[in-house]
Amino acid sequence: MSETVLSIRDLKVEFDVPSGRLPAVNGVSLDLRAGELLALVGESGSGKSALTMGLTGLNRGPRTHISGTADYRGTDLVAASRKQLQTIRGADIAVVFQDALAALNPVQRVGKQVAEMIRQHQKISRADALTKAQTLLGDVGIPNPQQSARAYPHQLSGGMRQRVMIAIALANDPGVLIADEPTTALDVTIQAQVLALLKRMQAEHGSAIVLITHDLGVVAEVADRIAVMYAGRIVEVGTRDEVLNSPQHPYTIGLLNSMPRIDGPRPRRLAAIKGSPLSGVKRPDGCAFAARCEFVHDACAERPELAQRTAEPDHLDACFLPAEAKSAALRAGAA
Amino acid sequence: MKPTPLLELTGLRVEYTRPGGRRVRAVRDVDLTISEGETLGLVGESGCGKSSLGRAVLRAIEPQAGRIDFLGLDITHLKGAQLRAVWADLQMIFQDPFGSLNPRRKVVDIIAEPMMRARGATRAQAEERAGDLLDLVGLGRDAGHRRPREFSGGQRQRIAIARALAPQPKFIVADEPVSALDVSIQAQVVNLLADLTEESKLTCLFISHDLGVVRQLADRVAVMYLGQIIEIAERDRFFAGPAHPYSNALLASVPRVTATAEPRQAQLPGDPPDPADPPSGCLFSSRCPKVTDLCRTEQPTLRELEPGRSVRCHFPLNTTGIETTKEHADIDH
Repeated sequence: MSETVLSIRDLKVEFDVPSGRLPAVNGVSLDLRAGELLALVGESGSGKSALTMGLTGLNRGPRTHISGTADYRGTDLVAASRKQLQTIRGADIAVVFQDALAALNPVQRVGKQVAEMIRQHQKISRADALTKAQTLLGDVGIPNPQQSARAYPHQLSGGMRQRVMIAIALANDPGVLIADEPTTALDVTIQAQVLALLKRMQAEHGSAIVLITHDLGVVAEVADRIAVMYAGRIVEVGTRDEVLNSPQHPYTIGLLNSMPRIDGPRPRRLAAIKGSPLSGVKRPDGCAFAARCEFVHDACAERPELAQRTAEPDHLDACFLPAEAKSAALRAGAA
Repeated sequence: MKPTPLLELTGLRVEYTRPGGRRVRAVRDVDLTISEGETLGLVGESGCGKSSLGRAVLRAIEPQAGRIDFLGLDITHLKGAQLRAVWADLQMIFQDPFGSLNPRRKVVDIIAEPMMRARGATRAQAEERAGDLLDLVGLGRDAGHRRPREFSGGQRQRIAIARALAPQPKFIVADEPVSALDVSIQAQVVNLLADLTEESKLTCLFISHDLGVVRQLADRVAVMYLGQIIEIAERDRFFAGPAHPYSNALLASVPRVTATAEPRQAQLPGDPPDPADPPSGCLFSSRCPKVTDLCRTEQPTLRELEPGRSVRCHFPLNTTGIETTKEHADIDH
């Protein structure tokens, strides 16, 4: 088994809101392995962005409460000072955001923005950094990198801007790349280009990638492992094939069944999950998914922990129900 | 028997002026017929003109050329009371469930208003029917006393659907109505739309970039690229194998959940061209994997390839997919 680069234990991220304290991340434990692409899947408000922003210290502030540990090669990111985080961000852990237009500096040429990230963490001359930036822009598939380096963000298309973001993120060969819905704002043909680029960069730079997304199709295409989040907790984690081919948590099963597909049999109705995701500060004592779950029973009044419940040692889920009952339902949903 | 056309577009053109005075042709002389009771899925990527087309059909924006016939009546140049009378039959559902509902009004008023304005219903009648509609879309009539902000995105989209249905329209344009919703909620709203179009025999122009959702809801699929319809086909034919190289690349680019990971190469290189500066000849020639010299000089017309499928391409792809599937099905039996 490969080395663990990031080890998260019982991480909580809570925000003060007018109605109380919102548990956006409600006790997450997760290991990220070197060089892997881990997809973090969940719907709006499931805590997937709050989790990763909590790790990089991007959502710290007087109204944010963060606890637990996140060990990155010997440094606890939760306890790290602002200064330490500044050194780590960009060099060891880099982030690619969904909205590249908002994330890039609108009044600075993109080549300079890449070069600046290099100079932030390496002792290198301005000219050398710019040359290196142009090489990086070429690597991420930007045509005429020398010329394009002189462009301002608004002069580039959405796909090209996202490539610039990826170039900035990879400028210092980080151990961990966090990509937060990097293709959600892109058209599907451009999305295919950017996903192919991410996979190539994962192989060439050896960075572990945490891909945050709500799109199970994207996950199926690029993920090595998958973690599914619901209401601030991980409800299932496993290899790509384990989670997609034998999902254990009813929420994962529901998500897979509710996806409209472009091939295979076309059901007259989609198998929707009833109700809405939890919102607001109140969380049930038991399983957070119970109110929407078609398998809910008495045991669900208690909170199921994320644990190995199948024969696969890497496949964990947080549901009391035996696998047989759920797989029967899965077959029914697929039919 | 040929179904009656509810809506007929002839040479419809929409142009915008960019800052700086440059003209952009968003919709390029589109001919399109929508039959009564059908749902036509209009797909394409950002900037292909699908929303402009949807809005021009409703006269929400003015077309620069062409003609719109609705139930045999030329509505292209209608004004004032005549236009308002037609508008009651043409309704729209928008993508953004937060921007499209008046936050200061109660839900029941939002739904009742079009009935009072367009159909001359009394307040009591309109409120009664608004309650029925809230029941129909699964919110329950009590929801009427609350305001939009008290509802989630999926619930708001149900309110928008109830409002669109309120004046009993004959035709609805739905512009990305489920794109802002999470997948579990999206499935609920897709099912609701499927039930409603089926039960009330609604005709619908369903605009979306999501091919999975379109397959779920549409009877026919039209694909737009740079302002033109480049393929239009019956749903199952289309998904069995598109005839236009662009439709094919679009479908192949959709990530799908398969049993094992299938790393794919990106289907199309580059970005779509600027609509203000389209390539000569076929508009897709600058990205087409099968481009020839003919494609660079001569623009293909939208022609019927087989019954139920038209394509704008000099060299359409072989689309025997659906026949093959049928043969396999026969062998199985």
